[in-house]
Amino acid sequence: AAAGLGPARPFLARRPGALRALLGLARGLAAGPQTHFGFQNVSEEERREKIYQVFENVAEKYDVMNDSMTLGIHRVWKDILVHKMNPSPGTLLVDVAGGTGDIAFRFINYVRSVRERQLQQKLKRHQNLSWQEISKSYEEERVKPLGDSQVVVCDINKEMLKVGKQRAQHLGYSEGLSWVLGNAEELPFDDDKFDVYTIAFGIRNVTRIDLALQEAYRVLKPGGRFLCLEFSHVSNPLLSRLYDLYSFQVIPVLGEIIAGDWKSYQYLVESIRRFPPQEELKEMIEDAGFFKVDYQNLSSGIVAIHSGFKL
Amino acid sequence: GRAGLSRGRPREEEDEEEEEEEVMMEAEGGFPLYPGHIPTSPLQKALLAAGSALAALRDPYRHDMVAVLGETTGCLALPSLRDKMKHHPEGYRILQERPRIRLSTLDMERLRGLPDGTLGREYVRFLEDNKVSPDTRMPAKFVDDEELAYVIQRYREVHDLMHTLLGMPTNMLGEIVVKWFEAVQTGLPMCILGAAFGPVRLNTRKLQVLATELVPWAIRSGRNASCILNIYYEQRWEQSVESLREEIGILPPP
Repeated sequence: AAAGLGPARPFLARRPGALRALLGLARGLAAGPQTHFGFQNVSEEERREKIYQVFENVAEKYDVMNDSMTLGIHRVWKDILVHKMNPSPGTLLVDVAGGTGDIAFRFINYVRSVRERQLQQKLKRHQNLSWQEISKSYEEERVKPLGDSQVVVCDINKEMLKVGKQRAQHLGYSEGLSWVLGNAEELPFDDDKFDVYTIAFGIRNVTRIDLALQEAYRVLKPGGRFLCLEFSHVSNPLLSRLYDLYSFQVIPVLGEIIAGDWKSYQYLVESIRRFPPQEELKEMIEDAGFFKVDYQNLSSGIVAIHSGFKL
Repeated sequence: GRAGLSRGRPREEEDEEEEEEEVMMEAEGGFPLYPGHIPTSPLQKALLAAGSALAALRDPYRHDMVAVLGETTGCLALPSLRDKMKHHPEGYRILQERPRIRLSTLDMERLRGLPDGTLGREYVRFLEDNKVSPDTRMPAKFVDDEELAYVIQRYREVHDLMHTLLGMPTNMLGEIVVKWFEAVQTGLPMCILGAAFGPVRLNTRKLQVLATELVPWAIRSGRNASCILNIYYEQRWEQSVESLREEIGILPPP
């Protein structure tokens, strides 16, 4: 279709919207339902493939890039998510699009420290324990440091899971951690299985967000909690302009310098702009059946945590 | 239910078109002019130049960063090179025909079969001895003119031939000498920076040889020689390296 536009191209080049519309139309006549990849219009299948490739390319440098782009602040956002979750020992978490394990590791750390405090409290309360009983409780701590808590990391991309497993090994995480290859739109899990479902910086890359939300609802136990951490909409006009400037001018450059990959990071900033803002996402979550849906803005709306419950 | 399904889909087409146009203009400096072209704003070019310079200094083996540095800083040198080519009959032909030096376009067997001392034979020997291939050259991305993108591409592809003509291997020392020659020849800031900062990583013995013999020779040759981009190398495989050196004006290596 593009070839057929040969002589018309210079004219159309000065009207980018027109050219895009024509190309989009041509592609649309060929492929299935239309959706977007950053600012391009593509078919759903094409979008899934392109996104898979983006993460295949960036997997190795994913964590370095996150630190560079957000100047390390992404770590704070993720800490806040897990603190909001406030998991107790025995919680079963599924972290979808969990790729390199950031949320999973934080969950494990949190539960471990809660468990330690629990055991310490128990010891303090029973100061008349015999020495046998005290050493039995040490044994308990050793055998069950997480108190039966478990996290399943689910991601659609093999490369990201690979990096995640390597990190886990490197950092010494093994207990209570599982890695599953799966699609957020069609999770390989049974109904009513998990206490908490998280998706951090992943739902933006899902092609059918409605399906992902429905799946989240399905796999959660009644009383289970849905938590979503994602880039959102900045309403403050000055901050918004600075944010746009930084996103479009600096981030692709960082991608080129650090990861040798401009295009993936151009996609990243475009996909953030395409994603529904806070209220719209809240409504989508309610539509999937969740109750008491709420959101919390972080960093003036650059990022938001949405929360909902299955009752 | 159904309401949820419709909201799950992306926003309406009209919204998208407008949003697209607006942010497209903001995000990029224009429209791609050749395959692989990434249009960039002046700010982005400045950031790329600074970032790639630092990255290349940290890790000299990041050829992609050296390439990016060349593209983002060549805005004065590249047009002047292109004009030199335009005003020379052989250079003009190269600009018209746009030959590319790649394994797929070279007949390696034939070149290997040429007599010793010819450009073709020595070039293949150079590639094999140093275990390099002409296919590892990065395509241009950030040059905002299609003809200039070719000029820098040609410069990159001719680099190995420079090694052959100057008789320099691909170790740190050899690369620096070739960079000095190229810096004088092309005026590309990337070559100048590479030539100036490359020696930082050499030990004193090598630095001495560099300073006393190799660099002065490279500079003299660079000055004396005609523009190296004006030679249609692909038509001169049978020419002997010595005669080609004389023709261009490269002084015999020390």
